[in-house]
Amino acid sequence: MDPYALPALASAPAPSGLDAFIDDNFAGIADRIESVVFYEVSLGDVTFPVVVAWLLLAAVVFTLSFRFVNLRGFKHAIDLVRGKYTRPDEVGEVSHFQALATAVSGTVGLGNIAGVAVAITLGGPGATLWMIVAGLLAMSTKFTECTLGVKYRRVNPDGTVSGGPMFYLSRGLAERRMAGLGKVLAAVFAVFCILGSLGGGNAFQANQAFAQMRAVTGGEDGLLGGGAAGVLFGLLLAAVVGVVIIGGMWRIASVTDKLVPFMAVLYVTACVVVLLANASALPEAARLIVEGAFDTEAVAGGVVGVLIVGVQRAAFSNEAGLGSAPIAHSAVKTDRPVTEGYVALLEPFIDTVVICTMTALTIVVTGAYTQQGEEGVQLTSTAFETVLPWFDNVLALAVVLFAFSTQLAWSYYGAKATAYLSGESRVADTVYKVVFLAFVVIGAAASLGPIIAFSDSMIFAMSIPNLIGVYLLMGVVRRELREHEEGLRTGEVARVDA
Amino acid sequence: MAVVVGVDASEAGRRAVRFATRLRDVGDGRVVVAHVVPWSPFTVQSAEENERRSLTKAHEVEMAHRLVDPLVEQLRGEGVRAEAVVRHGHPAETLCALAREAGATHLVVGRTGESRVRSLLFGSTASNLIQIAEVPVTVVP
Repeated sequence: MDPYALPALASAPAPSGLDAFIDDNFAGIADRIESVVFYEVSLGDVTFPVVVAWLLLAAVVFTLSFRFVNLRGFKHAIDLVRGKYTRPDEVGEVSHFQALATAVSGTVGLGNIAGVAVAITLGGPGATLWMIVAGLLAMSTKFTECTLGVKYRRVNPDGTVSGGPMFYLSRGLAERRMAGLGKVLAAVFAVFCILGSLGGGNAFQANQAFAQMRAVTGGEDGLLGGGAAGVLFGLLLAAVVGVVIIGGMWRIASVTDKLVPFMAVLYVTACVVVLLANASALPEAARLIVEGAFDTEAVAGGVVGVLIVGVQRAAFSNEAGLGSAPIAHSAVKTDRPVTEGYVALLEPFIDTVVICTMTALTIVVTGAYTQQGEEGVQLTSTAFETVLPWFDNVLALAVVLFAFSTQLAWSYYGAKATAYLSGESRVADTVYKVVFLAFVVIGAAASLGPIIAFSDSMIFAMSIPNLIGVYLLMGVVRRELREHEEGLRTGEVARVDA
Repeated sequence: MAVVVGVDASEAGRRAVRFATRLRDVGDGRVVVAHVVPWSPFTVQSAEENERRSLTKAHEVEMAHRLVDPLVEQLRGEGVRAEAVVRHGHPAETLCALAREAGATHLVVGRTGESRVRSLLFGSTASNLIQIAEVPVTVVP
């Protein structure tokens, strides 16, 4: 079995009726796209997709190049978020905390619940360790790309702020006399971002939300068991998303964004409860995770196979290197772009090193992963039920909420990419949003195999133009970092509470 | 040595300003008329709210000036040395900071009569102020 080929994430029953029609017509296209994006190479007897190596390589390069900024910048990042360096003229504007919270609300989602379960199903407990390592390294990638996001953001004529890879690729590379390349990379990124926003940021979310809702309402024989239930659920979800993104009911978005951190804390607390109930099994779980990570006999294709599973799921969860986070971070009020880079490095830490690890420990410590036939959200749910029998309902609520907030975040990314490509055309904006809503329905209706293939492909494809640009602009980040560190040393950048 | 008076859109704010002008004799005669736009750096917002934040802030400041500027104009017409200040932040903490900056001897606020439930949940600006102020506080009913 290919270590990275993804089978159905959730045990979605074989679709029938209308669901089957969408499924049949979607699967072929998805397969073809996947084989291109996840082009695999062989090194010795291990086969792996180039794009995963590409992300890992970037994280390692940025970590070494910025001398472990992911670790040594941690305390400074916390101080920035706490507002210790917020100057009086920055009061009332978007704070570091707010930029981080918005970005985290977009990232914390199904990857943290379902994705981790997939990693452990495929790679065993050992995948957890590689996921954590990948998360720690990814902090450097986020630091680098989000610094650039703020550095090259654009203040529009109407006073709003736009940022992200589209802008640092086009404007940043133009500064370095690579205007042509920059334009091409920015356009390619924007296209992938739009397609990724429809897949991983949308269809995948709708799919898992439906799978979990169906599971808690009695499975195939329950309320949502019928052939067209996926379509109906999708239409309902699309209606709510539509009210927000087309109807402009941003209050709903605002309420959701406030609920997500609350749900995340509730989720982590539930993990802690399960871990405490299984406290005696923790040392054994830790042993399984560490030994599994270096198990040359692992089913997933030895150490490299397990590593790839962990790295891929970490990347899918924290989005470092894909270029989505710089869009969310760029509205912050600061005149030192690198400060937002520091703050952004907390994102993979919260997402992957804390939340994903909690999920993984819960699954491993309860032994849920050894049961056959459980995948995705259901596996995580089973792990919780060993201690908290009623938790699947809470989890269903969390899944729907996380899915919804991730969809809103990605619709924003996609809309920004559309605006960039179309020159802020209102017609294009509306067309994009209508297509986005159609994909909510497709996601809920189609079975997961083709959906995940398509969404993974597009999301990961974003990293190609993004990271090429980030590599070329590393010098800019290095200069910004050096100036900031110099400022901290001389006291030019001083704490406001000192 | 000034008097800082915190106002909002309520009638009590106007009464507070009137009272502050009586207090100014104890200081150097300056009256700082302040409005604080409630704001916290630790709220969660959507990406759209963030991208428009500078615009929203500018709008909030403009609206606040529409509130305090006429009051200041009126005081100046009466020969009072008055100035207008608009800030974002936690209302009570920001008023205290303003008092410190102005070297104020007094803080005056109006009592807006927030509901019991609201006061219980969030506390009122007046009661917060009394707990943290470094100068005497007068709450005008």
